[in-house]
Amino acid sequence: MPGEQSLRLRAPKNLVDRRAVTWWTVRALLDVVPVAVVLGVLAAVLEEPRPWLVAALVATLVVGIPYVLIMPRWRYRVHRWESTDEAVYARSGWLWQEWRVAPMSRIQTVDTVRGPLQQLFRLSTLTVTTASAKGAIKIDGLDHELAADLVARLTAIAQATPGDAT
Amino acid sequence: MTDAEDIAWQKLDKRTLGVTTAGMLGVCVAIGVPVTSGLINNDALPVPLVLLLVLSGVVVVVGAVVLYDYLRIRKTWFRVTDEKVELRTGILRRQHRAVHRERIRTVDVHAHPLYRVFGVAKVHIGTGEHAESEGSQLTLDAVSRSFADMLRDDLLTRPAPTVDSDEPVGEPPPVLAEFDLGWLRYVPVSIWPGVLGVAACGVAWQITDWFGLRDSVLGQAAELIRELSLWTVIPLAVVVVLVVGLVASLAFGVEAWWNFRLQRTGDTLQVRRGLLIHRSLSLAEDRLRGVELVEPYGARLLGGGRLEAVATGIRDNKPDQPGEDTKVLLPEAPREIAQRVAAEILREPESPTTADITGHPRAALRRRLVWAVAAVAVVEAVLVVVGMTVTSVLLDVAWISAIVLVPAALFAAVENYRNLGHGHTEDYLVVRYGLLARRTAALRRSGIIGVTVRQSPFQRRLGLADFTVTTAAGSGAFTAYDADDAEVLAVACRVVPDLLDPFVVRD
Repeated sequence: MPGEQSLRLRAPKNLVDRRAVTWWTVRALLDVVPVAVVLGVLAAVLEEPRPWLVAALVATLVVGIPYVLIMPRWRYRVHRWESTDEAVYARSGWLWQEWRVAPMSRIQTVDTVRGPLQQLFRLSTLTVTTASAKGAIKIDGLDHELAADLVARLTAIAQATPGDAT
Repeated sequence: MTDAEDIAWQKLDKRTLGVTTAGMLGVCVAIGVPVTSGLINNDALPVPLVLLLVLSGVVVVVGAVVLYDYLRIRKTWFRVTDEKVELRTGILRRQHRAVHRERIRTVDVHAHPLYRVFGVAKVHIGTGEHAESEGSQLTLDAVSRSFADMLRDDLLTRPAPTVDSDEPVGEPPPVLAEFDLGWLRYVPVSIWPGVLGVAACGVAWQITDWFGLRDSVLGQAAELIRELSLWTVIPLAVVVVLVVGLVASLAFGVEAWWNFRLQRTGDTLQVRRGLLIHRSLSLAEDRLRGVELVEPYGARLLGGGRLEAVATGIRDNKPDQPGEDTKVLLPEAPREIAQRVAAEILREPESPTTADITGHPRAALRRRLVWAVAAVAVVEAVLVVVGMTVTSVLLDVAWISAIVLVPAALFAAVENYRNLGHGHTEDYLVVRYGLLARRTAALRRSGIIGVTVRQSPFQRRLGLADFTVTTAAGSGAFTAYDADDAEVLAVACRVVPDLLDPFVVRD
């Protein structure tokens, strides 16, 4: 648009919990290590397809090691969230990034999920849904007490805001 | 106000049993005739025994279904009070459901030909809630036609309008659109002649099997090919299939849209249509979030398009026949008519789908061309590798398919890019997308309940983004793909400033 300033979405204010980096690292290890171990064992045991298995193992490590090292830190720089009196705003992803905004008046449910790994690190995933089948906002890696407070606060604001949520 | 307890419970129309009986007999004929002829052709059993078996089967099946339906009708009670519609059903497990009047959003009266013969109609009462879950819909199967029409008008009339209405009382409701025979010109250029032609061949093939004629048909086909050569027979077969499909799709089109009429009664839009099956769809305007102008490739070349409702509580179904899509408010019609009707549906002086559309950057075209070439390259690479190692026939397949696929993929890339765009009016965000069918969706600002921006590493480098607005209506989201990230944000900020301004920076 000529003669106008260039617009961009700013980063949401709050970082997620630092422990999320460890959580994402463990999750990445759980993805990479079993594959590498299985390939390694098979390569040690089976004679004939060994070159193929070794190639697959090398490929797994070449992709997997940077993934385990880089992805969690990258995510930590991208994943951010913010809630105002009017809206919830969150950014997520690492290579592929996503910004989501949902107005308070359209929020239908707010809930948290804690998997076994997240419980270990005292983390929660907060999910905010609207009437749209596609509009849910997910905030990963929040401290579980902060998440519980946030659920209470968002529910209260959403109820106080007029609107039928559709 | 009458005391709710005083209102008597009513029963379904007894003539429904006639519909069930006749319908079941029809099904039995449709299944029984091929089975009988198959068994007789098989020569395994004597003819009288076959007839006896089939007939006794028919009696048992028809008897059981009719008995069940008789019990169902006897055990179904409903009543309509000032506050709600109540329905008690169930032969063994009794169920009692009630829907409050103010939650009722759709009342659809459906009358198949068989229902019409018996003078009854099926009534669906819906609350328009997300997805048609059990319990959000009551079905009366069936009541008399006159009662069904009365019920629809009664349930959809809102209690005393609070603001003075635009429509003078006593005048007939305004008609927004009526069917024009000329609109059938968009049928031959749609996909339906091809789809239905192939489907008809499938059915014919199935029937030859029932009557054990497959071998003789194949023999005749081989004979024909020998006499006329393959290069005459193939185009001939294609022409026959298309002609059959054309006739069938015209028949379906006429059946679905005959007597089509879109009108507004108070604050409800009503679509009535159908030659044999009468369909009537009512849509309360407070469910409408916008419209979508859909221009399928063929119709677009002839300057035509159809209108689909963007509304909450409408199922997003893929029709397997032309004219069975419930979202459609206007069938393929000349574009000017579609735009005028869209304006009237939305109560706007001009349809937002006519807004100026900004195309997306050239980088979006380059991405599509790269995808197209890459997709073809993968297919060809597989063919070549397998062709070199297994059978060289695939090498011929590879170069022949490349001649077809490369231009097709490039055409698709360019076409998809040309259909990308977005724009806005004062109250609407407009998004355009699609490959063969160009879809222009106009979404009212109050219907936008969220925004999602997505960027891949490549899009970040090129300054592009997929910009999505979410809504409670339809499929839940509309996306401007590969838009200029700053520019689409500026447009969105003008449509929904309250939502985005706090999170946007200007540099």
